[in-house]
Amino acid sequence: MSESVPIVLRVNGEEHRLLVEPRRLLSDVLREDCGLTGTHVGCEHGVCGACTVLFDGRPARSCLLYAVQAQGHEVTTIEAVAAEGRLSAVQQALHEAHGLQCGFCTPGIVITMEAWLAENPNPSEAEIREALSGNLCRCTGYHNIVAAIAKAAARRAGSAA
Amino acid sequence: MKPARFAYDAPPTLAAALALLAEHRDDAKVVAGGQSLAPMLNMRLVQPARLIDINGLPELASVTRDGDRLVVGALMRHADLARDPIVAAQCPMLACAAGTIGHYAIRQRGTLGGSLAHADPAAQLPLVALALDAEIEVASAAGRRRIPARDFFVSILATALAPDELIVAVRFPVRGPREGWSFRLFSRRAGDFALAAVAASLALSADGALAALRLAAGGLGPVPLRVDQLSGLATGVPMSRERAAAAARAVGAAAEIEENERVPADYRRELLAALAQDALDEALERAR
Repeated sequence: MSESVPIVLRVNGEEHRLLVEPRRLLSDVLREDCGLTGTHVGCEHGVCGACTVLFDGRPARSCLLYAVQAQGHEVTTIEAVAAEGRLSAVQQALHEAHGLQCGFCTPGIVITMEAWLAENPNPSEAEIREALSGNLCRCTGYHNIVAAIAKAAARRAGSAA
Repeated sequence: MKPARFAYDAPPTLAAALALLAEHRDDAKVVAGGQSLAPMLNMRLVQPARLIDINGLPELASVTRDGDRLVVGALMRHADLARDPIVAAQCPMLACAAGTIGHYAIRQRGTLGGSLAHADPAAQLPLVALALDAEIEVASAAGRRRIPARDFFVSILATALAPDELIVAVRFPVRGPREGWSFRLFSRRAGDFALAAVAASLALSADGALAALRLAAGGLGPVPLRVDQLSGLATGVPMSRERAAAAARAVGAAAEIEENERVPADYRRELLAALAQDALDEALERAR
């Protein structure tokens, strides 16, 4: 009743021709079929945020999408965030502020916060904390992540001026 | 955490989607944003034989004006409701409430129609629809009908939608002159479902008397509730902060609240009174 179906998945500007069962999570297909293991899989029900990717430019849980749904859409994963080997503002700031320990949650945080900062260029600390509430980190206590996002915001604002 | 097998359709038109729904009825589930459905699929709490994906129907993602109604497409995503200037100006409670749903990434996918069809008792948009006397416009292969929000929410995760019906739009009243509104909720952590939530809309006449009141509360039982009648507020009476405070206390004392092992009803009752007071104060402020 549910045979595998051929799909064309466009990820980071590259086309992948795949045969997938409709029930396969986009997160699994990115990792297992496309070999893009930077997208991490935590809870598989949308809570932890580790698997967040850009779906047509907007952050989305890839565990709450099925790969068949991504046909005709543009998926961007953490592998495409550092342009030409240069870290993004959030990546650089996380590095400088020690905003990660084990790094499991980091790809989801980078993807989410880059998009969020583009929409919210001058956030308060409270706003940063609220925005981060959708990404669970079990190592850091968030203090350095919050500091890193504030740093990235300031740097983005500076480079935009 | 992998879903059971399902077949998948992404119909290119609304007519095609409705034909599929007419054919498969209860064997199929409609997926829009998937922010509630996909977790249930992944946990195998639901195992439909088929998913009908309506994300490819842009005609469901528009906002139009029809007389004194704002007709908001079912596929409007929470993040778009929260930042759409027309929604903010003409139905500000909807914009405000949508901005409080879940987390930033969740709001980019979750939809108005999906939230109403899912009918979580603590969700924001069912409460707003009920509070504003919205009408839910549904379609099937046989035709269309409009269901008043009061009749739409039947029980926990249960609505008046027939198995072959799809929500296409929600018709909200446009904010009128001297009409104030407020949407207040409390949750222990940002993004969690509300332990209690209140939506208030009130209109004043030119002399400051109460001309209309709509008050609703969510998170207290199986469906959101209208609590206007419990407030003791009557139209034609001059509105004041003191009257609003008394009304909030009355609502807190009289509302039907389900006992819940994690959140005692007495605690919810106090929460409800506090939220109602804040909401009525803010609505009054905005009406003036």
